[in-house]
Amino acid sequence: MTLRDKTADETPRSWVRAVLYDATIRGWVFQGLVLLALILFAVWVVHNTAANLRAANIPFGFDFLNMRAGFDISQKPIDYTLDSSHAQAFKVGLLNTIIVSVLGIILATIIGFVVGISRLSRNWLLARAATVYIETLRNVPLLLQLLFWYKAVLSVLPGPRQGYVLPFSANLSNRGLTMPRPIPGEGFEIVMWSVPVAVALAWAIARWAKNRQAATGQSFPVFRASLGIVVGLPVVLFVVLGAPLSFEIPELKGFNFAGGMVVHPELIAMLLGISLYTATFIAETVRAGILAVSTGQSEAAFSLGLRPRQTMRLIVVPQAMRVIIPPLTSQYLNLTKNSSLALAIGYPDLVAVFAGSTLNITGHAIEVIAITMAVYLALSLITAALMNWFNARVALVER
Amino acid sequence: MRSNTFKTLLLGAVFLGAGAVAASAGTLDDVKAKGFVQCGVNGAGLAGFGAPDDAGNWKGLDVDACRAVAAAVFGDPSKVKYTGLSAKERFTALQSKEIDMLARNSTNTMSRDTQLGITFTGVNYYDGQGFMVKKALGVSSAKDLNGASVCVQSGTTTELNLADYFKSNGMTFNAVVFEKQEEADAAYDAGRCDAYTTDASGLYSIRLKMTNPDDSIVLPEIISKEPLGPAVRQGDDQWESIVRWSHYAMLIAEEFGVTQANVDEMKSSENPEVQRLLGVGEGVDFGTPIGLTKDWAYNIIKGVGNYGESFERNVGEGSPLKIARGLNALWTKGGLQYAPPIR
Ligand SMILES: N[C@@H](CCC(=O)N[C@@H](CS)C(=O)NCC(=O)O)C(=O)O
Repeated sequence: MTLRDKTADETPRSWVRAVLYDATIRGWVFQGLVLLALILFAVWVVHNTAANLRAANIPFGFDFLNMRAGFDISQKPIDYTLDSSHAQAFKVGLLNTIIVSVLGIILATIIGFVVGISRLSRNWLLARAATVYIETLRNVPLLLQLLFWYKAVLSVLPGPRQGYVLPFSANLSNRGLTMPRPIPGEGFEIVMWSVPVAVALAWAIARWAKNRQAATGQSFPVFRASLGIVVGLPVVLFVVLGAPLSFEIPELKGFNFAGGMVVHPELIAMLLGISLYTATFIAETVRAGILAVSTGQSEAAFSLGLRPRQTMRLIVVPQAMRVIIPPLTSQYLNLTKNSSLALAIGYPDLVAVFAGSTLNITGHAIEVIAITMAVYLALSLITAALMNWFNARVALVER
Repeated sequence: MRSNTFKTLLLGAVFLGAGAVAASAGTLDDVKAKGFVQCGVNGAGLAGFGAPDDAGNWKGLDVDACRAVAAAVFGDPSKVKYTGLSAKERFTALQSKEIDMLARNSTNTMSRDTQLGITFTGVNYYDGQGFMVKKALGVSSAKDLNGASVCVQSGTTTELNLADYFKSNGMTFNAVVFEKQEEADAAYDAGRCDAYTTDASGLYSIRLKMTNPDDSIVLPEIISKEPLGPAVRQGDDQWESIVRWSHYAMLIAEEFGVTQANVDEMKSSENPEVQRLLGVGEGVDFGTPIGLTKDWAYNIIKGVGNYGESFERNVGEGSPLKIARGLNALWTKGGLQYAPPIR
């Protein structure tokens, strides 16, 4: 009797107990509470900010994005006129940020790898030159370097009427590098589409060659074959289709060149500054990565009969990459964020166009800065995600 | 960008504070408690309007607007602290209460006056936008600038007027936009642009900063209206009145011949308007109702001078700029400067 009573009134209690003391459930409950608190806090912040702005007679909202921008942007990768909206100006600025970041990352990586390997070279002069380059450029603030390069570019280049005449109707002056603009004709899309097809083909061949080498030991000139396909296929198609491409040649009209396309001096100076600066850090990363691979690895490769180049390409670099990629990612992130210094030299990036002109014309400071910060966060997260994916691919697979 | 982002974050932080604060009343009390007026002026230094002189003292027409307010509040025009602001930073600095008033060659426009939570209190200089070009181009009119590259500073009305002007004249152009005036100046100097554009008042002093000023000429066209004046935060009527009437007092003083030198003699003037201005006579007190003393305007004229004196000293014949009064003459002399009566 007593026994039964006990169990009877203990059943609900033990159920409550089980829930209360269950680590998983408790974890969920507490995380839920924290999340709720965070959401409430965010709502409170937004609400309060809006209320206080209203009290100060400052309108709050995002309608301004649809209003006419009315200002000019020097570099317009997409359609943009004085009648375009602030939203369109935002896109132009964003694209300009992406252009300078992507080109900067490519250049900085190439320079960084070359310099990093040079610093380890047995050639004394080369190694010294690399050291001097790294130590000077790494230790001067980037803003100063950008201003320097901009000044240098502008003072070295002559005015547009005395510009250097280059092959293919190109011209280099202090208004930039003017080039003919390609105008695709009928059938040019086919040529364009053949490029990814050729790349896929080359990839298939590389895979087949690898499997065959693993099975039979026979090697295959993969590089030359892929190059032949990737270049050859589009070229053959282009010729067969009757060269469906014409060019708009830039002409000197009045003060400047009209027509064609231009790489403005601001972009040239940006790329010089930002890639030479970031390359110093990349070079050090590369050097560290190579030094991290023990010499035993090369010695083993040599004793297997691999030549020095093969040793570098097949043994050292793949192992070094595992050390190089994580810090390389943060260099890419730095470069993207540093590109916001562009406004100092008149390059129309997101910060200059959107957090500059749009912000000042509309006065919506909080909204504009919030959007701009969100964009940089998104760009960084995308870069990091891509690099993590790449890192996972090259990471050491433990067997 | 860094400082601007910072200011915006600051702005965010101010508006985030718990509970809605009454908009911005009490600026006068704050100023009295601090013991000085925090005044936003031109950051790059615009000669004649707001720039430190060789000894590091701020001088200029805009600076005099700040000094007049300090004289009205404290009886001492030197009780001002200055914050140099770029075109981009200026309104944020005012909104976030970093400064008590803004006097930085800022154009009154409808959107600024109605959408930024600020109010312009008057016009201390009627200006207009112009162009400067290299002589070698052989251009004599802005109408000849079709296809030109133009250097301009961002965050200004200048940037928008430029676009309007070329569009309405059916001309194309390429704007090279810089955040800082120094950078725009340097790029034009280095030949990056065919033309440079800003307020006419600024063009002359910027031309003098070029390596070879004589290589550039200012074109005759004025393409916009730029009424430049001080601004305060919306919602503090008392402070707004003080800043507005400090300017009017200087205009009225000029109109009735009251100068820094003769203001003490003028106290015995029989002219009732002058008596009301200087607070002379039984029950003549227009200062106390706005939180000041009855001799508020006397202090302005004693400490800063009348508008004409300030103009001549800073931008007129007594300065290197030698700008004629033009639109900025008093209404009695064919200009636009006009103050309502003190009554
Ligand atoms: N009045 C125009 C333009 C004012 C302006 O910023 N002018 C330039 C050129 S004269 C300037 O003072 N720049 C100095 C600086 O940004 O520090 C406006 O209010 O937007």
